[in-house]
Amino acid sequence: MSDLRLRAPANRVSPTARWYWAIRALLGWLLVFTVETVVWLATPESTVGHIFVLAATLALATLHLIVMPQWRYRVHRWETTDTAVYTQSGWFTQERRIAPLARIQTVDTHRGPFEQLFGLANVTVTTASAAGPLHIHGLTLATAEALVDELIHRTHAGGDGT
Amino acid sequence: MTTAVTDPLAVADAHWRRLSPRMLLIHPIIELGRAVPALIGLLVAGSSSGNGSAWGVIGALIVIALGVLRWFTTRFQITPEQIQLRRGLVRRVTIAAPLDRVRTVDVTAHLLHRALGLAKVVIGTGTSDRKGRGGLVLDGLSSTAASRLRGELLHRDESHPSPAPGASEEQEIARLDPSWVRYAPFTLSGAITSVAVLGFGWRLNNEAHVNFSRLGPLRTIRDQLRHTSALLDVGAIMVAGIAIVSIAATIGYALAFWGFRLTRHDGGSLHVSRGLITSRATSIEARRLVGAEISEPLLLRAVGGARCLAIATGLRVGRGAERGGQVLLPPAPRGVVMSVAASVLGSAAPESTELVAHPRAALRRRLVRSVTGSVALSVVFGALVVLTGISPYVWFASLGLVALAVPLAYDRYRSLGHAIVDGYVVTRIGSLVRRRSALSGEAIIGWNFSSSFFQRRAGLTTLTATTAAGKQAYDVCDIAEDDAIAFADAASPGLLAQFAA
Repeated sequence: MSDLRLRAPANRVSPTARWYWAIRALLGWLLVFTVETVVWLATPESTVGHIFVLAATLALATLHLIVMPQWRYRVHRWETTDTAVYTQSGWFTQERRIAPLARIQTVDTHRGPFEQLFGLANVTVTTASAAGPLHIHGLTLATAEALVDELIHRTHAGGDGT
Repeated sequence: MTTAVTDPLAVADAHWRRLSPRMLLIHPIIELGRAVPALIGLLVAGSSSGNGSAWGVIGALIVIALGVLRWFTTRFQITPEQIQLRRGLVRRVTIAAPLDRVRTVDVTAHLLHRALGLAKVVIGTGTSDRKGRGGLVLDGLSSTAASRLRGELLHRDESHPSPAPGASEEQEIARLDPSWVRYAPFTLSGAITSVAVLGFGWRLNNEAHVNFSRLGPLRTIRDQLRHTSALLDVGAIMVAGIAIVSIAATIGYALAFWGFRLTRHDGGSLHVSRGLITSRATSIEARRLVGAEISEPLLLRAVGGARCLAIATGLRVGRGAERGGQVLLPPAPRGVVMSVAASVLGSAAPESTELVAHPRAALRRRLVRSVTGSVALSVVFGALVVLTGISPYVWFASLGLVALAVPLAYDRYRSLGHAIVDGYVVTRIGSLVRRRSALSGEAIIGWNFSSSFFQRRAGLTTLTATTAAGKQAYDVCDIAEDDAIAFADAASPGLLAQFAA
């Protein structure tokens, strides 16, 4: 077999995405803290145990909030060529996806409330396979729109893409 | 030739076809069956006001009228480009699908249908109908109309004039040998059927207050069990359980696969017909069939059996013995399965070639997983024995799992394999159900490389070929990173090279 090695895709996502990921994770952790506090108030007997659990959660949350966004930002990358889309995402589990442009079915952007706050957008490229959508998270809105335009113009699907 | 321009809709209307009028006998009965809970509700509500039966009759009449309406409002037509289906009175729905998107035609007939010479036609048009409902379903054509429709939809080859219906050549690939029923007990379907029956019995016991302990034979069994030792009881119950499961599986096999025949028709389309009480015929268009899967559940593998499934676009991925419409061969001797797969794929190599084994690191991952998993489980059970004082036999049983963990890990590792043969991407995975899938390289839409932190440390990755057919994704699990790239590059030439380092 050949000695082919893949490089990472060329483009990084917007640096603002780090803040977005951090805020989203922070909300998740706040939920955990709320639940723990409610449990504490409901069962006030074992104070030491509750303090221990809260401290452990705090440590985990801090570590997660510091490490995850940076790690993710280093991993998340994307690239398009004349014939294919190539994405890389994840942090603990990382994934690279490659799909030929000829097999692309739809290209769409999607913005959640927090993403709008940060001026970010996601681009999803779907193929005829239910298992194969390519997601590019955390692009600036302008980049996302340009990317969608570019992909739609380049996609000349012959047949039905299956 | 010029003709006066008439209203195009009126012209089109002439070609609209209806379901078989005999459906008027079935639709009301089916609707009545569906409405039973509502009707019971009406009866109960009515009985408190004193004229329950009258309300019940009115309810039943409305339901029957709805059934009749369904026949009057359902129509379909085939234009040169499309198949269109219209239905509904209040909420009119027109479903249209381009003819070249029709991938499969599934003709089923349950008991009621068969008594009246009718059949239900389900037309598969792609991934959107994987969720099942709301597709192109024609419930109730006469059997001849159903098979003619199938011919119209699948054999419209413009290159040569269509042969007269019924005159098409067919070549038989496989036919059920009744002795294959011996493989039925080694599949999981018997266990599933038994659990369903037990569950039904349990609910009957709880909700309808049918007390099984008062039924004669069961009481005798219970009294018998009380007088013997616990170990004997467990043995007796297990033997009885195995017997029940085996019988259920055998009956299930006969019901689903009686009269099974796999044939190839003129245009290359495959045709599967089967079923004892509910007969079912599935046609798969040749260009939609992109591969085949040989699956071997552990027990079936132990007795030298296997089954063969089609990988095709537009076929629902089913569960259990029936596997939707994708069965190419029910549990049968391995040799027969191999020859069917070879015939379907056009080459014996994809399913018979020795596969490339995966790195030893993949074995380590399997060992770590199954050993830690089973040890954790036995620790939990040990704690339960100490804390709650349940029988220590439970803990001994969990120790048995630990002993099984190592052989299981080895078997899971031995199952892993991959190869590219004759343009087919072949991958094998699984121990409890070992599946070897051969997927045409042309059917692959994209490649995913996924690796967890631990996989990266071991230099492994999970390569996934995505496709519009079958399970949509076929995994090559824990392959060496460099091999994964070379493998994908060989299967889809030119796609990866542009991203080379």
